[in-house]
Amino acid sequence: MPGGKERELRRRIGSIQSTKKITRAMELIAATRVVKAMQRANAARPYARLITSVIEDLAAGGAEVDHPLLRQAPEVRNVGFIIITGDRGLAGAYNTSVIRTAERQVMAHVAEGKGYSLCCVGRKSASYFRFRNYRIDHAVSGFSDNPSYDDARRIAETVSESFLTEAVDQVELVYTEFVSMGTQRVVVRRFLPLVDTEQMAQEGSGTGREGSFEFEPSPEAVLEALLPRYTEARLYGALLDAAASEHASRQRAMKAATDNAEELITKLSRAMNQARQDAITTEIMEIVGGAEALSGDTADVTDIDVALASMLAGTDASAPAAAGAPPA
Amino acid sequence: MAVELDVELVSPEEVTYSGSAEMVIVRTVEEGDIAFQAGHVAFLGVLAPWSVDVLRAGGERDSFAVHRGFVEVGHNKVTILSDVSEAAGEIDIARAEQARDRAAESLKADSEDAAAAAALERAELRLRVAAS
Repeated sequence: MPGGKERELRRRIGSIQSTKKITRAMELIAATRVVKAMQRANAARPYARLITSVIEDLAAGGAEVDHPLLRQAPEVRNVGFIIITGDRGLAGAYNTSVIRTAERQVMAHVAEGKGYSLCCVGRKSASYFRFRNYRIDHAVSGFSDNPSYDDARRIAETVSESFLTEAVDQVELVYTEFVSMGTQRVVVRRFLPLVDTEQMAQEGSGTGREGSFEFEPSPEAVLEALLPRYTEARLYGALLDAAASEHASRQRAMKAATDNAEELITKLSRAMNQARQDAITTEIMEIVGGAEALSGDTADVTDIDVALASMLAGTDASAPAAAGAPPA
Repeated sequence: MAVELDVELVSPEEVTYSGSAEMVIVRTVEEGDIAFQAGHVAFLGVLAPWSVDVLRAGGERDSFAVHRGFVEVGHNKVTILSDVSEAAGEIDIARAEQARDRAAESLKADSEDAAAAAALERAELRLRVAAS
């Protein structure tokens, strides 16, 4: 059927064009969200910094406590994992790279004969590990692109509780660290047990405040009240980083998709134009062939030439005459 | 004129308040109210669920309901770290009253109900801060 190939190509171009519209929209949305997520991450920084500086002051004040969150198990039997992924896909390798790193970690610990316990944050990690018959102890989702402090608190509470009841002896946090717009990397961080105060203080920026503090009620009591908040703040920071990374990854993935669509459209348009040209040429050849057959020997070759020329120019043979006539 | 204190109220999500004041009054878990003025010795305390009052020059006063947090004082700077705090102007009085009544109800039914007792305490704190 003549023109069949052309129609087919036209339909494909149409469908790619609508896909491109969607990916472009998602790219723009992700671009605005990544800015917002970065702002939130920056807004959360003062609290995290201050809580670390309080710990520094405590370390300077010589607080030494035997807090359960600092419990170093002599032998690690069960390892907990907090795996932070997104709720939705279409974000490039964002979810898969976190999941792959986490799975490798779990495998390594299982190979050493340890037990594991998973806390999946975000729908993607939960569905991956559930499908592969891993045992999931906690799964939370629904806030990956805009986490609140309450979410962090809930997760930190559940995880701390299983640490305190000695269901797990160590907790690792697997998430994507937001380095910059262009760079995000998957990191595995020790979440629990907390390192001692001096090490925590070293991790901080080190405001270097000296002098003796008055503590109320006592350095130990302050530290005791502070440690749960510290775990929450750390988890909250991780969630915010993960959210910013998710949006950045999605933006990049959607930009690549849009570019691909554009390239594909150009390629297909070329193919379509060629197909159309082919169809026209074939048609002309048929007409010429037909006319030749009809007129036989008596045919005036110049007539055919004129007809052909006007057809190629896409105008009627009488058009030049009409254009030359004075306006009525 | 007296040297002023820098005051910052910081929540995990943002810096909720920052300004200067002549005096800051808080309540710590153990020893009752404590007021800070410029030149106070470095101090670190755990806050009781109570109000935080920031007295500014000229007699103005900003109140906050702080349900949990820490106060750090040093170098004429008062920093209040709290993950649950509200400014007096942000408190929804009708909602706090409802919460108080509800908590009082369930406390009447079960006087051992720790969650209700905590809720009652929170609601009363909100109302007190909003009224001041």
